[in-house]
Amino acid sequence: MATAEHKHPNYMNIFWWLAILTVVELAVIFMGFSKITVGVLLCALALAKAALVAMYFMHLRFEVRTLGLIAVTPLAIATLLIFLLLPDGFAVAHKTQGAKAPVAAPAKH
Amino acid sequence: MSDVATMPAAVEPAEAPLTPESWGKLGMWIFLIGDAVGFGVLLAAYGAMRATSADWPNPYQVLGINLTAAMTFLLICSSVTMVKALEWLGKGDRDRCRWFLFFTALGGAIFVSCQAYEWQHLIHGGLHINGNPFGAALFGTSFFLVTGFHGLHVTGGVIYLVSIIRWVSHRPDPAASYNAVEITGLYWHFVDLVWIMVFTFMYLL
Repeated sequence: MATAEHKHPNYMNIFWWLAILTVVELAVIFMGFSKITVGVLLCALALAKAALVAMYFMHLRFEVRTLGLIAVTPLAIATLLIFLLLPDGFAVAHKTQGAKAPVAAPAKH
Repeated sequence: MSDVATMPAAVEPAEAPLTPESWGKLGMWIFLIGDAVGFGVLLAAYGAMRATSADWPNPYQVLGINLTAAMTFLLICSSVTMVKALEWLGKGDRDRCRWFLFFTALGGAIFVSCQAYEWQHLIHGGLHINGNPFGAALFGTSFFLVTGFHGLHVTGGVIYLVSIIRWVSHRPDPAASYNAVEITGLYWHFVDLVWIMVFTFMYLL
């Protein structure tokens, strides 16, 4: 078996990027943007941070390309699952104690 | 008798096609991808429950984010110490590698302690796994389930790191430990990566 070592990128650069992106995330929620803008920005920032960790700390950037493609499949599955669950969630409203607003009318049988 | 049955046991299998360095690394990747599906399912279910709930509380107002922001920073720091441990081992410095592995484990232990403190604080404030005064009962359920599942991973990671320090200590040749430390690093960075997602989706959004 080969015992090849990976290239070591400048880890401190990655660390500073992760720290800066975390501060930006915190700033985004206090900036008074609309809910949808906050959602999109936070998702983009989280994905950017996760990509930095996977590519440089987990060395995925230096691995075989196929491994990288396999590694992103859970993200695709989770995204797909959200869309699969949403219709069911909207059809059957959650009945929580003290709900502020009725979500859906009871189903007629 | 089949070909497989007659194959001598000592024959080394071919190189792992995706990770030529070792099969162990491929094994860890397969485990992590499976684990990522687990976390992905939990977070997707959380998103779907939240989107369809009429009274989901605003997480960062209920949970508070000062402590968790510090915990996020701590986990990022521990990822850096992990890669530094591997880098030093690659340079043949076993002692520095062990110190950096120790700092990584310490970061993980502090993270879990902070999480225990946070849970205690929230439970005293009324957030329970089966209900809470802030809104949807599933808010507490999903919070404890996801952060608890991640906390278990960090706890497992700390135990893994401590055993890998022992592993490195018992092997005088740094090259003999490189692969094992790299595989440990994969697990630890995955725990960091998952926390990035959990912090964003369960605390900030």
